[in-house]
Amino acid sequence: MTDRAEVTKTWKLFINGAYPRSESGRVLPVHDVNDRSGGRAIAYAAHASRKDLRDAVEAARAAQDRWAASSGMLRGQILYRLAEILHGRRAELVEAVRLGGTLGRGKARLEVDLSLDRIVSFAGWCDKLESVVGGRNPVAGPYHCLSQVEAVGVVAVFAPQEHPLLGFLSLVLPALACGCTVVAIASPTEPVPALIVSEAAPSSDIPPGVLNLLTGTTEELAPVVAAHRDIDAVVAAVPPEVAKTLQLGVAENMKRVRLIDPNAAFMDEGAWTDPRAFGSVIEVKTTWHPVGL
Amino acid sequence: MTLSKPPWDYAPAPESMKVDIAPEHGLFIDGAFRVARSGRMFATINPATEEPLSEVAEADAADVNDAVVAARKALKGWRKLPALERAKYLYRIARRIQERARELAVLETMDNGKPIRETRDEDVPLAAAHFFHHAGWCDKLRYALPTSTGADPQPIGVCAQVIPWNFPLLMAAWKIAPALACGNTVVLKPAETTPLTALRLAEILQEVDLPRGVVNIVTGAGATGRDLVQHADVDKVAFTGSTDVGRAIATAVAGTSKRLTLELGGKSPNIIFADAPIDQAVEGIVSAIWVNQGQVCCAGSRLLVEECIVDEVIDKLRHRMQSLRVGNPLDKNTDVGAINSRAQLERIEGFIRAGVSEGASHHEVSGATLPSRGFWCRPCFFTGVQPSHTIAREEIFGPVLAVMTFRTPEEAVVRANNTMYGLSAGIWTSSGSKAYEIARQIKAGVIWCNTFNQFDAAAPFGGYRESGFGREGGRAGLAAYLA
Repeated sequence: MTDRAEVTKTWKLFINGAYPRSESGRVLPVHDVNDRSGGRAIAYAAHASRKDLRDAVEAARAAQDRWAASSGMLRGQILYRLAEILHGRRAELVEAVRLGGTLGRGKARLEVDLSLDRIVSFAGWCDKLESVVGGRNPVAGPYHCLSQVEAVGVVAVFAPQEHPLLGFLSLVLPALACGCTVVAIASPTEPVPALIVSEAAPSSDIPPGVLNLLTGTTEELAPVVAAHRDIDAVVAAVPPEVAKTLQLGVAENMKRVRLIDPNAAFMDEGAWTDPRAFGSVIEVKTTWHPVGL
Repeated sequence: MTLSKPPWDYAPAPESMKVDIAPEHGLFIDGAFRVARSGRMFATINPATEEPLSEVAEADAADVNDAVVAARKALKGWRKLPALERAKYLYRIARRIQERARELAVLETMDNGKPIRETRDEDVPLAAAHFFHHAGWCDKLRYALPTSTGADPQPIGVCAQVIPWNFPLLMAAWKIAPALACGNTVVLKPAETTPLTALRLAEILQEVDLPRGVVNIVTGAGATGRDLVQHADVDKVAFTGSTDVGRAIATAVAGTSKRLTLELGGKSPNIIFADAPIDQAVEGIVSAIWVNQGQVCCAGSRLLVEECIVDEVIDKLRHRMQSLRVGNPLDKNTDVGAINSRAQLERIEGFIRAGVSEGASHHEVSGATLPSRGFWCRPCFFTGVQPSHTIAREEIFGPVLAVMTFRTPEEAVVRANNTMYGLSAGIWTSSGSKAYEIARQIKAGVIWCNTFNQFDAAAPFGGYRESGFGREGGRAGLAAYLA
């Protein structure tokens, strides 16, 4: 095979169910993180601009009502399908994680297996979160007072630099499970595993606009996210200097910002799948209705 | 309002899929099918034709013991399996039920007699959804039933589960899915008239490589069920069926440490207020009493209508009843299929005779020609029913509705609660506050407001009072399978 030229590709963005290049035409080389010489790139990915981000938010907003209105059972089936589809691309994922450079082959395999498990776990949350978090409030008056859980809306996710698959999914899955739509920014240094997920999304029946994925630089996109008035919440595993930029976005439109330690133990099973994972991506809606003849 | 038949008729629309049914079915014990130790078999028939479908092994006490031993042996490994691994098996089962849905629907209709429209659109999809939903609970039990230590709640152990013939596959799913999700192992006994879909489910369990012994299925009649619930090494008994058998099981379990949940009979009220959307309410009455030939534990078998609208409701109901198509359950246009067995048909006919002899007025579908073979009962309702009448008090488990009236909401509540049962109730009104207030006052485990017979894996189902105790479905249902 050595005398055969490989058919390589530049990874593209994932916006509204399609795969556009960046409107800016820019492309980012992806290097093995251990290769400090800035030598040969292992891959190329689109370099998203602020316009690409705005397009992605628009798509996410348009898709959100319908995604949230679909039954938890249906969202669960779709997320479980994502796990089924990605299981079929397991070897490719392991290789992509390994090539990124932060995890050896053994750890890369574990990263992928835990990622599949995490999807399966969140598939189960879709039609259960409300029964765990919501419920009837025992108010003193003659009222049927019900608190139900709703999706906050459009969520921007900054995936951590490391754990390019498991970290990405740990942040994205709670939002998708409860009915939010997502604009995710992949690991800036190891974007390929997340890009593979974006390629599996349509064949899992994730509707267009529900999951959008950008590749680019955190420094460039964070201020745009913070200033964007149509993003309802941000979940970000970013370095402290970027974190402050995002926190300033709270003042813009009271977007909910949840910061996650970029060096957190993403491989810790259990810690990422409890109800706290939904902290910044759900709203509680309390409805009062009189009881009486 | 005209009651004449339309000038046209439906062409036959039989379900085309043929299902292979083996001439003999064994017991499913420790992951394999095998004959009964005694070698005894019994026949299961198609109640719409009275033709035999297959011979099924009859388990005796020794076979039941084999199944319990297998479940006990499997328990150690199953409960220790990481929760998400258990989940994956349940997800696989759900998927295989979805993939074999049409086959299961046809088989269910042949063995039970209920219309293909129901098995195809309700029984089988709900069964798959039940496994899918409970798969997701496996790794979330600590949030469903938090413990003081924060650790996962533990399974109870070996569960003996006895299910009825009215929703054979769905009841198997309702029993097996939560038990497995919580880490229990199971010995299930399907009803003797409808064992085939449970045994087909056993095939699916083999296909998905469920560890052997985690689910065992023993077929037989009442004696087999008795042997199962009385087995000394069973930790939990779950039963769905009649209140009489429920009492017998409660008696048998008394004096042991076995945990017990019972989903029993009902005589559920369906209350129509004058401010209700009448056409929708009439559709609700139809679904409440004539779905599955009325062989539903939560059937709305007592219709309580506000007096000032009773004539309008009865007229519309009579018209709607006349449009029901009774006949071949495998025909996709059939609304009402066959009664499950000759014994059940005779029981229903006894109640209809009692209704007439005690003075109520009998109204039934007229004109329809019923097939010459099989067990058929025309949908019907009674007016002029007194609360003391047999048909107003006892569970008929057939397509027989007792209509009564009330004048005030208070009277409606008193009449609705005037029963030893408490499984479900329907409330039809356009006033939300009234619906909630009536719901508050009614002693029943499931209340449907402006709808009826809604089921969902996420929604707990079960009864008050002599309709049994314990819930199935949703978060509350998990409590029945956790220590």
